Amino acid sequence: MSKQANTSARNTKIMNRFDLTSRLVAKLKHEEAVVGGIGNTNFDLWATGHRPQNFYMLGSMGLAFPIALGVALAQPTRRVFALEGDGSLLMQLGCLSTIATLAPKNLCMVVMDNGVYQITGAQPIPGSATADIVALAVGSGITNSSWAADEEDFERLIEQSLSASGPTLIGVRIDDKPGTGQTRRDPVQLRESFMRGMGIRQGL
Amino acid sequence: MAAAEAQTTPQAPDKSWHGIVLETLKRNEIRLVPYVPDRVLTSLIKNIHADPFFTTFPTAREEEAVGIVSGAWMAGMRGAVLMQTSGFATLANVLASLAVPYQIPLIMFVSERGTLGEFNYGQSLVCRTMRPVLDSLAMEHHTVTRLDELEFIVDRSIKQAITTQAPVALILSPLLTGGKVL
Repeated sequence: MSKQANTSARNTKIMNRFDLTSRLVAKLKHEEAVVGGIGNTNFDLWATGHRPQNFYMLGSMGLAFPIALGVALAQPTRRVFALEGDGSLLMQLGCLSTIATLAPKNLCMVVMDNGVYQITGAQPIPGSATADIVALAVGSGITNSSWAADEEDFERLIEQSLSASGPTLIGVRIDDKPGTGQTRRDPVQLRESFMRGMGIRQGL
Repeated sequence: MAAAEAQTTPQAPDKSWHGIVLETLKRNEIRLVPYVPDRVLTSLIKNIHADPFFTTFPTAREEEAVGIVSGAWMAGMRGAVLMQTSGFATLANVLASLAVPYQIPLIMFVSERGTLGEFNYGQSLVCRTMRPVLDSLAMEHHTVTRLDELEFIVDRSIKQAITTQAPVALILSPLLTGGKVL
């Protein structure tokens, strides 16, 4: 386990990415979109069972939130979730300012914080022992940002986000386990499936 | 009916380069325009902001804008990204890992810095990386130098990008825009 910032002050339980992703997906009843960031984040989304409303990023590290923002702008009546790792978010922190400015009410962002680049060998991310992702989000203007204390709290925050009137961000501290399985690496099929899931494409 | 039509006839079309770009975007239903600004793009950005047809806003980085228009297109909303040459130079990873392999019709307008009177050495160097990157990914790109060819190139390139689901870069030369000078 990597060192975490303010461990006692945060009072947050260390959870598991696949378990949390499963809990999120179980709450989705209205064809909500889910964008899974690069690596383990989308592997675990895939492992919860493919939904046509899921989009899996096989590259473009850091762009899960921007992609989800685009979906949220295009379909303001659909709720959109985005799952991103802490290292990935650090690559594109500026997107939080963009999202705060546009303030889409249908976007919920989940940051999986294990403090390491798990997939490359669990090297620590910069700031893993000092930076606080939720504080960074609040400072960027995403005022409705919070750490999930435990699994129940995570489910409560997800439910709250489903009726939120502005963008929300949920930080979750997770263990350093790898993803469960791997997404099928076929970008065109993944994109086409997602577009059908978004209701703008028909199958052949 | 004819009288009503006459009353709603819009003003004479803006035949400046940025007026043509704006109208061509509208005609092709491109509503979402995130950008990282450039001095040369000032009038275009200002006029897009002033037109309620568009959803337009600055992003912190160009690749962020690419992610946004990619997500929006997959959900049914067309977009285009505005940037300058040095911004394009930050995009190789997202082009090679998102736009090209996922077959996303990413439409980019790149104000060309670094040539025809550039005064910043860094800009002149980064400019030389742009076309080799586009060519290395076999991406469609056009350099627009003439006002009389602009509408044709922009309109046809947008349509080709969408129908073939392939990204395109439209490079706006100083010959077209006047560029930026000391």
